[in-house]
Amino acid sequence: MAHVALADKGQELAHPKTWIGMYVWSQDHKIIGIQYIITATAVGVVALILSGIMRLQLGFPGVFDFIQPDEYYQAVTMHGMIMIVFMLTAFFLGGFGNILVPLMCGARDMAFPYMNMLSYWVYLLSVIVVCASFFVPEGPTGAGWTLYPPQAITEGSAGADWGILCMTVSLALFVVAFTMGGLNYVTTAFQARTRGMTLMRMPLSVWGIIMATILGLLAFPALLVSVIMMTLDKALGTSFFMPAISSLGENLAHEGGSPILFQHLFWFFGHPEVYIVALPAFGIVSDLISTHARKNIFGYRMMVWAIVAIGGLSFIVWAHHMYVSGMNPYFGFFFATTTLIIAVPTAIKVYNWVLTLWQGNIHLTVPMLFSIGFIFTFIHGGITGLFLGNVVVDVPLSDTYFVVGHFHMVMGVSPFLVVFGGIYHWFPLLTGRMLNDTMGKIHFWMTFLGTYAIYLPMHYIGILGVPRRYYANGTTEFLPDSVQTANLSITLAALVVAAAQFLFLINIIWSMFKGRKSSRNPWRATTIEWQTPDYPPKHGNWGKELPVIHRWAYSYSVPGAKEDFIPQNEPPSEHTRGEGKV
Amino acid sequence: MTATLIVLALIMGGLVFWLIRQTINVQPWAEEGPVGQDHAGGAYSVPAAKIGLIVFLGVATSLFSLFASAYFQRMEFGDWRPVAEPGVLWFNTALLVLGSVFFQRARNAAVRSQANGVKINLLIAGMLTFAFIGGQLWAWKGLQEAGHFLSGNPANSFFYVLTAIHALHILGGLWVWSQTIFKLQNKVEVYKVRTSVELCTIYWHFLLLVWVGLFALLLST
Amino acid sequence: MAIAIILILLVVGSVIFHFMSPWYFTEIASNWGAIDTTVNITFIVCGAVFVAANLFMAYCILKYRNKGKDQRAAYEPENKKLEGWLTAITTVGVVAMLAPGLIVWGKFVSPPDNAAVVEVVGQQWQWSFRFPGEDGQLGTSDNRKISIDNPFGMNEEDPYGQDDILIPGNEVHIPIGLPIKFLLRSKDVLHNFTVPQFRVKMDLVPGMVPWQWLTPTRTGTFEILCEELCGIGHHTMRGKVVVEEEEKFQAWLAQQPTYAQLSAQTAGNAVAGEALYQVCAACHGGQGEGNQMLNSPKLSGQENWYLKRQLTYFKDGIRGSNPEDVFGQQMAPMAATLVDEAALNDIAAYIQTLPDEPAVQTINGDADKGRKLYTTCGKCHGRQGEGRWAVNAPRIAGMSDWYLATQLRNFKHGLRGKHPQDATGRQMESMVLSLNDKKINDLIAYINTF
Repeated sequence: MAHVALADKGQELAHPKTWIGMYVWSQDHKIIGIQYIITATAVGVVALILSGIMRLQLGFPGVFDFIQPDEYYQAVTMHGMIMIVFMLTAFFLGGFGNILVPLMCGARDMAFPYMNMLSYWVYLLSVIVVCASFFVPEGPTGAGWTLYPPQAITEGSAGADWGILCMTVSLALFVVAFTMGGLNYVTTAFQARTRGMTLMRMPLSVWGIIMATILGLLAFPALLVSVIMMTLDKALGTSFFMPAISSLGENLAHEGGSPILFQHLFWFFGHPEVYIVALPAFGIVSDLISTHARKNIFGYRMMVWAIVAIGGLSFIVWAHHMYVSGMNPYFGFFFATTTLIIAVPTAIKVYNWVLTLWQGNIHLTVPMLFSIGFIFTFIHGGITGLFLGNVVVDVPLSDTYFVVGHFHMVMGVSPFLVVFGGIYHWFPLLTGRMLNDTMGKIHFWMTFLGTYAIYLPMHYIGILGVPRRYYANGTTEFLPDSVQTANLSITLAALVVAAAQFLFLINIIWSMFKGRKSSRNPWRATTIEWQTPDYPPKHGNWGKELPVIHRWAYSYSVPGAKEDFIPQNEPPSEHTRGEGKV
Repeated sequence: MTATLIVLALIMGGLVFWLIRQTINVQPWAEEGPVGQDHAGGAYSVPAAKIGLIVFLGVATSLFSLFASAYFQRMEFGDWRPVAEPGVLWFNTALLVLGSVFFQRARNAAVRSQANGVKINLLIAGMLTFAFIGGQLWAWKGLQEAGHFLSGNPANSFFYVLTAIHALHILGGLWVWSQTIFKLQNKVEVYKVRTSVELCTIYWHFLLLVWVGLFALLLST
Repeated sequence: MAIAIILILLVVGSVIFHFMSPWYFTEIASNWGAIDTTVNITFIVCGAVFVAANLFMAYCILKYRNKGKDQRAAYEPENKKLEGWLTAITTVGVVAMLAPGLIVWGKFVSPPDNAAVVEVVGQQWQWSFRFPGEDGQLGTSDNRKISIDNPFGMNEEDPYGQDDILIPGNEVHIPIGLPIKFLLRSKDVLHNFTVPQFRVKMDLVPGMVPWQWLTPTRTGTFEILCEELCGIGHHTMRGKVVVEEEEKFQAWLAQQPTYAQLSAQTAGNAVAGEALYQVCAACHGGQGEGNQMLNSPKLSGQENWYLKRQLTYFKDGIRGSNPEDVFGQQMAPMAATLVDEAALNDIAAYIQTLPDEPAVQTINGDADKGRKLYTTCGKCHGRQGEGRWAVNAPRIAGMSDWYLATQLRNFKHGLRGKHPQDATGRQMESMVLSLNDKKINDLIAYINTF
């Protein structure tokens, strides 16, 4: 077993002695993952509060007199950007990716622990810069999370000087941080898998995270390119995106640039970004469903290939965000077709989740509730995506609340439900304690029902024609008074959902100290993150010897086996009868 | 976006081909035991740093092809006035080619564990690269003096941005290079720096290719 | 258990909500009924999937939820046949939605040859319009030529442009039953020309001219909304399109000025204006310095175009017609004494000659708090309150501060800006939403520091 020793980096890991070395400048992937999670949660709470500001304005226009138009648009922008980039991307890849990839692959740590640590600190810096924009003159940018020029960098928008520069700098830093982290996740999964962990034996969580990372590595450069060029347009007067315009009566010196070029670059990043958030959620929820339904994931190979296909296709659908952008309308034929093709592998994933429940042994635990909630919201968000992907159907709905309802369902609520489900599932692994069940159930019901009450009506007022990103609808003749009633009820539901999230934070903190002690493998899962010699796992994960993998990640309820699960690293002889050749 | 799409199609195509070879006809539920030859023992024989570098080259390729795509799209607008590339760029290109050649020699020396050969060739390669950066700055100075400023015309803007981003990548490589030289200076055994020398060589060849691509792009338009 | 029942209730509830919802498409007013049809097809296909998938999931949970220790799940790694069928059925569903969509899109991208051309010009945060005039050709234009005298950025040299009909207001008329191709031009940032009843929409992009086409099928007045975020006044960027019979449309069009007529307008005569001003002097003072006792604001130093517009508004009953706006009502008969355009020009020209002394400051507030509030205001009124003609925002620095306070309250309480033709007043209405009396004082205290 010489090669084991060669690959086993146990001796190489720098075991720190001090508290600061262990928990602050840590190179342990689990600590870094937790650092990512804490930072992403903190900035997520900021984004949650910003959404509250938006909802208060829309639910009670003119009542909360601290919300002016510029503040409203700043809240819209920062809520979107923080949630998508600094919260969800960081949480799934920096958080779950860091914790799960080495543990599930049977590695001692990431391939480059030092770079992994740098990744977190640069990410933290990017978060600090984006939050700093709240304190610069005129506040953060109010250009919408899409940051479309010329609007983002001309006088008529909030935060068009300092705010937008903070944003572009922070995004550039985030791309650097993500690239350093992403190189780690991919290299670890390619290179540091333990003996016997073939590709097709990897849990779907790893597949989802790795595919999302590959998408991110290839797509984030597009964001970098666009923010570099926009920063130059703003700060040094180039004309990459800026045509000749007369801004508020003043003729600017730019000429000839193309705002559409920015949109192409932005959405070339922006659409894969949707799947950067969605694919890890797909992967994680597959494992949750399989574990808690005590049944192998249905159609594993199909699930893997669906992830790969969705990842590949996600690069050729970006212009479906631009059907009414003024680009060559003939592009519509191509992008509508590719977009609807992507619906097929996505639908297969949904079928397979539901078919995993079929003939299962469904334990309605809190992670399972969140997974079922995810399937429901994802179906809802997925099919409304078919409206918006089909070019001509998109035209009347584009830029209305239908879009807001759709993308919140599909990449807001759905991934968040998985984040929560994942936390309820893996919290014991990191702390040795269970989260409180009652609080978890209350959290689930308030979140699941509350978000549906928020987003279902949004689709319909969108069909009616209520535009998104309006500070106030004012007197708009085709809007009946009932629209205001809808806005009011949406705001109330939003407040309930927000309250539920604070209950969740309380649950986390309470359970960390007072929660019920968990058993070694509380969910009786097959995957090897539960099989570490120390529990919770220590730095280096595997003690003296790396685990050896004997089977795939879904040996649940195997006929003839004693237990209804067989861990991946259990040697074949220990259960009575194998499922095939031994 | 055609340029980017072609590049990405190649990357994705390679990935998918590799995946198919790994996964086709595997029925993961039907087999037990520590199967799988090529990563028995937890790793490929390829070092992690090499895989990391190759993935990073993918990221850099995506970045440069996106710039190229933006370049092509922006070119179609009426205000594009091609910039006359300073002649010094030819000289710079030659420097970068020579740099690559000496890196390759350093790598060969490393494979044969010739400490002196590694050191001398590495030093020469590094100096040539610094000269390249200096030459690029010279080219900028020439353009400035000729009145071609960054914001004057989109062709100028792209020239400065593309050369700057390429130079930044080179500076990143030079940092790794300086680490290696430092180690050699401290009389570290050659086999310990073999990987760094090899990776630097790959990286320099890659950046040479990128530069040749960019230079061709600038010349042809 | 509960989750299964809730899922069933959610599915049933959503279907009921779909049919009972008070919110659905507005009554259509264009030829794009086919778009509604494709939306409805999509609803049927997607709705069926939504109902079937979720009900099946609820059934699975009911039937296979864990009921005791002995229960064991089935073991079935995959089922190629089932997966194949599901893929095939999904593909059929996708084609059923995509094919009609692409056919309708084919119509969308090919405007009829006989379509009449109307140019829509967007800017922060107003609409204006241009018709080609008798020669049927729009003249060329250029954003670099935009100035206070040439707000459309017309190319003076272009003979095709001279007869172009310019509609600087936010209301445009179009004839019913004729295909119309809207050319969409932006002066500054991205905008989006949307009339919900027409169904189609498209962005206005500076530097290029996107377009959209439609045939109006129903007469009436419809609201134009901007649906691409365009800065802090985005939600106030409204306009109107009036669809009417051909004769009425022609009559309306004939009244609108051409570019040549507008550029030939003579400047006002200050000497003639001085005589006219005597009526005003009684209240506003001989030097236009204003008089708070008589509720007459300072006029000197205010810009020409703003004075003219407000006088016209008073004259036409667009301002000062609200019975609660007591002082505005007093102004209406005064403005009526100015009989024609020339008189307006003259008097505005005379006011320009009056010495501009800053008005006496009467309002106390916290200027530091006002500075933050002013961020929004400054976008239009200028960072030093100097006013911006391009957004129709008057000068506010050095003017009567008590008058600014009154007007802010009037906007907030609907005494001013409610009139349907007062487009800019309506914009103010939704900008002052968040101001209370205290904040108004802070704000004005800050404006007084300019």
